Amino acid sequence: MSVLLVLEESGGRIRRASWEALAAARQLGPPDSITAIVIGAQTEALAAEAAARPVGKVIRVEHPLLAQYTADGFCAALHELIQNQDGTKYVVFPHTYQVRDYAPALACRVGQVLIGDVVAIEDGPRFMRQLMQGRLNGSYRPSGEGPCFVSVQAGAFRADELDASQAPAPITLFTPTIDAAQIRTKPGEPFRGSEQTVDLGSAQRIVSVGRGIKEAQNLPIVEELAAVLGAELAASRPICDNGWLPMERQVGSSGQTVAPKLYLAVGISGAIQHLVGMKGSQCIVAINKDPDAPIFEVADYGIVGDLFEVVPALTEAVKAAKQ
Amino acid sequence: MKIVVAIKQVPERDAQVRIAPNGKWIDEADLQWAMNEPDAYALEEALQLKEKNGGEIIVLSAGPERVGSNLREALAKGADRAIAVICDDLNARDALGVARLLASAIKPENPDLVLTGLQSEDVGLGQTGVIVAELLGLPHATMILHVEKTDAGLTVKRELEEGWFQSIELPTPAVLTMQSGGNKLRYATLMGIKKAKTKELRTASATELGADGVSTVVLEQISAPKKQKSTQILPGTAKEAAAALVEKLKTEARVL
Repeated sequence: MSVLLVLEESGGRIRRASWEALAAARQLGPPDSITAIVIGAQTEALAAEAAARPVGKVIRVEHPLLAQYTADGFCAALHELIQNQDGTKYVVFPHTYQVRDYAPALACRVGQVLIGDVVAIEDGPRFMRQLMQGRLNGSYRPSGEGPCFVSVQAGAFRADELDASQAPAPITLFTPTIDAAQIRTKPGEPFRGSEQTVDLGSAQRIVSVGRGIKEAQNLPIVEELAAVLGAELAASRPICDNGWLPMERQVGSSGQTVAPKLYLAVGISGAIQHLVGMKGSQCIVAINKDPDAPIFEVADYGIVGDLFEVVPALTEAVKAAKQ
Repeated sequence: MKIVVAIKQVPERDAQVRIAPNGKWIDEADLQWAMNEPDAYALEEALQLKEKNGGEIIVLSAGPERVGSNLREALAKGADRAIAVICDDLNARDALGVARLLASAIKPENPDLVLTGLQSEDVGLGQTGVIVAELLGLPHATMILHVEKTDAGLTVKRELEEGWFQSIELPTPAVLTMQSGGNKLRYATLMGIKKAKTKELRTASATELGADGVSTVVLEQISAPKKQKSTQILPGTAKEAAAALVEKLKTEARVL
């Protein structure tokens, strides 16, 4: 029984999310059952980085056509690799944008279904993932024969609790037979959306606003609260989608990741895409009318109520406390 | 350009969801239903592509009879015709089972482009579009904010993590999953609603399409999430709660 762990890199280094996926893989088997996969056009350094971790072996999946990520290239290469590995029980990935782009197709190619965005692994094993925007959890059981594909949510497994490294794991090279004609998409170089003028990452206090604010014209009440707190103003995705605040003020998986001393979430229900961007904050306060909103699962303090009453009252209370 | 837009019907965002007695799904009694928001963005992109380049938009939804209401809404916004794939076991199907249904309905249409939202707001698998592409043997791209038709096919703007983007060229036919926020969503006009009543809404059944619902992964149990932190809920009126919060932030959390 063995686990294939597909590591993702960024800027020539293995991403932290990949080590969290290793922590998840460790729940499925001992280090020597885990084969770490690095993939690209030049994987030597990545393989060395992986070999120093608690894994049984490392396979470099290398081909010039894998220099830039494409779903077609990665699916073809990893499909061929999986066909070549006997007895694979699990294929584990970090749940990144890139994995979301190709892993469902890869799983389908071998008649399997990816269990994506897993937050916990329970006995059985059963794979837990969130449903209904984080309001409920669902426990999934793989029922098929073949390998079970799993991707794990950022921050759900502890990379810092991995076993100490032993002797470096052996590294082998696998050269897939990819043909340029198989790659149908032509990706361009990544670019920034706009000049970043706000660095939410270094803010000590953040007041963040979500759908509960209802209309753009209601924003001044949170702006005022942010001002008296000396806080930066931020928002969840829908507020920026609507153009009420600029995209650079968005917190979450598609925006900035923040960890201020104080994060005050106003009218934000707390869908997982938002939580991954702020749950590392030191003190989280949530103001929401729905007592079951998932934001309360990560909040230290909560006020269940109408934000249009609570926020102005809070602004006044902060002012009073300053005097 | 002939475009198929796959739309899911999901519980309305503010709906109180309760776990069904069998623990395997939510209690659907008294729920209000809405068009999955990312799918609404996919529809909007399709409508704008049609306005620029002409063509036809077919909206497609799988689920029980009630999905017809969201298809009518899409027709009212400007889609040309609709296909409802009627099945009562949608929630019991895994992502491959759902994608098989949609792919079998899409295939005979031979569209130039298939659009759908990047994920659903209920189960949030975020896989359906990608698997549909794989089943149809088409190229795909995910988390797309903008689509432009070119002589060779399409140029799309794809969202990456943490504020980065990239543009991708791909040939048609293709499948794209749309991210929210690329466009402003339109409302149906009165005229649109009136016209929608005369547009074609065809139903097909899962059995007719030959797409069975054997699952490789099974949603076995739904539960309420465990709290990661113990939240202190501050009671009282808005004023009392606000005063108590400021006190806590000063003396307990020491962040003020």
